[in-house]
Amino acid sequence: MTLAAGTELATATNEHLANISNTLIYSAMAVYTLAFFTYIAEWIFGSRSKIGRTAAALTPEAKAKAAKAPAVTVQTAGGTAVLERPKVVVRTSAGSRDVPDGPGAHGGDEQGDLYGRIAISLTVLAFLIHLGGVVARAASVERAPWGNMYEFNITFSTVAVAVYLTLLALKKNVRWLGLFLVTTVLLDLGIAVTVLYTASDQLVPALHSYWLYIHVSTAILCGAVFYVGAAGTLLYLFKDSYETKLENGGTPGRFATSFLERLPASSSLDKFSYRLNAAVFPLWTFTIIAGAIWAESAWGRYWGWDPKETWAFITWVAYACYLHARATAGWKGRKAAYLALIAFGCWLFNYYGVNIFVSGKHSYAGV
Amino acid sequence: MSKTTATGTPAERAEDPDLGAAGSQLSTAPKEELPGLPSLGVIGWARWFWRQLTSMRVALLLLLLLSLGAIPGSLIPQSGIDATKVADFRKSHTFLAPVYDKLGLFHVYSSVWFSAIYILLFVSLVGCIIPRTWQFVGQLRGRPPGAPKRLTRLPAYTTWRTDAEPEQVREAALALLKKRRFRAHLAGDAVAAEKGYLREVGNLAFHIALIVLLIAFAWGQLYKSEGNKLIVEGDGFSNTITQYDDFKSGNLFTTDDLVPFSFVLDKFTGTYETSGPNKGTPRTYQAALTYAKGAYGKDKTDLVKVNEPLHIGDAKVYLTAHGYAPVITVRDGKGNVVYRDAVPLLPLDSNVTSTGVVKVLDGYKNAKGVSEQIGISAFLLPTYTKGSETASTFPALNNPVLNLTPFHGDLGVDSGIPQSVYQLDKSHVKEYKDAKGQQLRDNLKPGQTMKLPNGAGSITYESTKEWANFQVVQQPGTTWALGGALVAIFGLAGSLFIQRRRVWVRAVRGADGVTVVEMAGLGRSESAKVPEELGDLAGILYDRTPGAPDPEDTDSEDSDPKDTDADSDAGSADQDDTTTPDPQVLPAEGAEK
Repeated sequence: MTLAAGTELATATNEHLANISNTLIYSAMAVYTLAFFTYIAEWIFGSRSKIGRTAAALTPEAKAKAAKAPAVTVQTAGGTAVLERPKVVVRTSAGSRDVPDGPGAHGGDEQGDLYGRIAISLTVLAFLIHLGGVVARAASVERAPWGNMYEFNITFSTVAVAVYLTLLALKKNVRWLGLFLVTTVLLDLGIAVTVLYTASDQLVPALHSYWLYIHVSTAILCGAVFYVGAAGTLLYLFKDSYETKLENGGTPGRFATSFLERLPASSSLDKFSYRLNAAVFPLWTFTIIAGAIWAESAWGRYWGWDPKETWAFITWVAYACYLHARATAGWKGRKAAYLALIAFGCWLFNYYGVNIFVSGKHSYAGV
Repeated sequence: MSKTTATGTPAERAEDPDLGAAGSQLSTAPKEELPGLPSLGVIGWARWFWRQLTSMRVALLLLLLLSLGAIPGSLIPQSGIDATKVADFRKSHTFLAPVYDKLGLFHVYSSVWFSAIYILLFVSLVGCIIPRTWQFVGQLRGRPPGAPKRLTRLPAYTTWRTDAEPEQVREAALALLKKRRFRAHLAGDAVAAEKGYLREVGNLAFHIALIVLLIAFAWGQLYKSEGNKLIVEGDGFSNTITQYDDFKSGNLFTTDDLVPFSFVLDKFTGTYETSGPNKGTPRTYQAALTYAKGAYGKDKTDLVKVNEPLHIGDAKVYLTAHGYAPVITVRDGKGNVVYRDAVPLLPLDSNVTSTGVVKVLDGYKNAKGVSEQIGISAFLLPTYTKGSETASTFPALNNPVLNLTPFHGDLGVDSGIPQSVYQLDKSHVKEYKDAKGQQLRDNLKPGQTMKLPNGAGSITYESTKEWANFQVVQQPGTTWALGGALVAIFGLAGSLFIQRRRVWVRAVRGADGVTVVEMAGLGRSESAKVPEELGDLAGILYDRTPGAPDPEDTDSEDSDPKDTDADSDAGSADQDDTTTPDPQVLPAEGAEK
C-alpha cells in the first residue's frame, strides 16, 4: 500500500512539474515575442542611418581608387599591442571583393543600438525561462527530455538560442542574427505547443539506453548549429546578389539597401556559415556513428536503411558535397551556398518529414 | 564562376609569378583541369576518362548522385526492410509496381544503379588518394620550399630593421620556429618553415577509413546471417538452420558459419505503466536464459533485454518480441489426454489482444471412435474488462480470458501445401453446435474447461506462459566498420581544424649596413590565424633582435616594405573598428577531397 501511495505521490509531483514546465514554455514564448518586437524596433531605428559602406566600397569611383592603392589592411601583432613591435600587413588575394562589414541592425543609430541591447537582454531572459521549462519537463519525466517531437522541439530551440548567445559571448559578429533567430524560435515553439504537444510520458524499452543521451543530444546540437549556419548562408545569398548588383553599377531597391547594408559583407557571412558547418560536421558524423552503434545493440544491425538512417546519411552526404564544393573551382560561392541550404533542408526533412510522413523504426515521435 | 568573394586558394596564388614554388603543394588536392577533349587513341581516352573520374568535379557530382539516389529508398517500401509493405504496394499500384521493379526501386540499396554510383565514387576516391599519398610522402621527405623573391606579395607580411647580424637573426628565427614545432631549415638568406602536416594526414586517414568502412559493410552483408525463433518459456533452441522460424543470409554464407550454441528460455518478464496517460506503455522487457556454448559447453545464465543482446562468439541474440502462450489440454470422449501444449498466440495490438490456432492433428478419436483432427480458434484478452469484449485493456495478465471456437474434421495439413501455424484452413472442417444449435464457443479463465457436445471430449485452459521472439544475428566485419568509423571522425576533425601554413624569415644586410628582417606567412586560405600567428612570431623574434632606428633617407633600395608600411598606417584606421583577431580555433577554409 505504501508503495502504491508513494507512486501516486510521485505521479502527482510529476504532473505538477509538467504543468510548471508548460507555464515556463508559454512565458518564454511571451518574452521571445517581446524580444521580437524590440529587434524590429532596432531594425526600424537603424534604417534612419545612411551609412552605405558596401555601396561606397563598390561604386566605380571607389573601385578606381582601390585600384590605385593596393588593398591592404593591418592587424596589430598578437593580442597585446606592443607599440614598438612590427605590424603585420594583411594582403587580400586578387579577385576577392574588399567590402567592409555592415554596422549591424542598429545601423550606427544610438537609439537603435539601445533597442538592440534591450532585445538581446530579453533574449537572454527568454532563454533562461525556456531552459527552465526544458529542465522542469526533464524532471517531470525523470529522464532526458528527448522522447518525443514536442520535447525535441523545445530542446532544439533552446540549444539554437544557446549557440547564438555563446557566439555573442565570444564576441563574434553575430548580433545581426537576432531577429531571424527569435522569429524561427517562436515558430518552432508555436508548432511544439500546438501540433506536437504530448503529455509527459515514459520511454518505451527500446529507448532505455545511455546512447539516448549521446546520440540525441549530439543530434540536437548539430541541428542547432546547422540552423545558425543555414541562416548565415541564406543572408549570404541576399547580400552577395546585392553586392554583385552594386558592382555592376545597378541600384538595388531602397528596402534592400537599407536592410542589406547593415549586414556583414557577403564574404564574412560565407565564412561565418562555413566555419559553423565545418566545425559541426565531424560531430554530425559522430551522431550517425553513435546511432549505428545503438542500432547494433537495439535492433541487431548497425545499418539497415531505415528512413531515419537514410536521411541522416543523405544529410551527411549533402554537407560533404558542400564542403567539397567550396574547394572545387566552379562550385565556390553561390553554388556551394545552395548546397548548404539543401543540406539543411535534408536535416529538417529528416526531423519533421520522416517523423510525420514516413514510418520506420524511429516512430516513437508521439505525433 | 560566379562573381563572389572567392577567397584566394593556393591554386590562384600559385599563378602569382612572384610566389613560384613557395605557394605550391600546400595541399595535395588534385589540380583542376579544364575538360578538354583528349587526343585520339584508346589509351588517350582511357587516360582522359580516368582523369575525369578522379577529378574533384566528378567526385562531387557522384556524391550528389549518391544522396539523390538514396532518397527513393526511404519513400518507397523496401523488400529488405518490410516485405509485406512491398506486397501491399504491389496490390494497390498495379501500374507503378512493374515500373518500380524494372528500376529496382523495391531494393534501392542493392540495385545496379545505386551500386554503380557508390562503386564509381569509391574508385574515384582510390584514384585520388593513392597519388595524394605519394605526393604527401614526397613532401615529408623533402623540405619546405625556400622563400619567394618578394615576401611582400604574401598574404601576411611584416618587416623591421635591426642592429643584429643577419646570421644571428636567421639562427634565432630557426630556433624559434623549431621550438614552435615548425619543420624549418635555412635556405639561402632566409629560413623556410612549414607546419600543420597533420591536416593532410587527417584528410588521407578520413578517406582511407571510408574505404575500410565500405569494405567492412560489404563483407558483413555477404557473410551475415539473421534468423528468428519464437520460444515459449521452458523451451529451448539450438543454433541450426532447421530450428529457425525464418532465416536470411548473405550470398557467401554457409551453414558451417553458424556459431554452435544452445539456450533455454527460463522466464520472460514484462512490466507496464499502471496509471497515468501512458497506462500500458511497456517499461521493461527481459528474458532470463540459460545458455551453453558449443555442443558440450557449461550452462550459464544471462538476462537479455531490448538494448542488451547476448553475445555468444560472433553471434548475438536479440529479444525482439513477446506474447502469450496459453497451455491447452484436449481430451477425447474417454477422458484420455490427446494434446497438451503451450500455444503461442500473436499479439494484435499494444494491449496484447492475441489470436492463434490450436491444432490437434493425431491421436484424437471422436465419440464414434473415428479419428479426426481438431482445430481451435483461440482469442486471448490478457486483461478482460466488462464492456470491452473484443480487446484487452492492459498488456499484462491481470484478468486473462481465452475465447475458444473449436472445429473438427480435416485441417488440410496433410495436403502437402505449407500452411501457417497461426491460421486455420476451414474448408474441410465442421463447427460444433451447442444445445441451442448455435456454433459452440466459450470464454474460459485459467483452470476452466469447456465440454465438447455429445461426448466428443473437452478442452481445458490450464494456465498461460509467455513466449519471446529471438533474433540471432551474425555479421562479421563489425569491428572493422567501427574502427573505420572512429578513424574517419578523427581524420575529419584533423583535416578540418588543422591549418597548414608556411612561414619565411629573411634577414639581409641593407644598403646602409643595417640588417632588414622580413617575415611572411602563407596559409591554404585567408584564415585570420595566419597573420595572428605571424604577428606572434614576429613579436618574439623582434624582442630577440631589437629594432634599429629608421634610416633618414627615403630612397633606399629596399622600398617595397616601406611603401606598404605607409599604406598600412593609412589603412589601420578603418580596420580597427571592424576586425579584431579571432582568438578562437576555427576550422580552416576549404575542405579537400
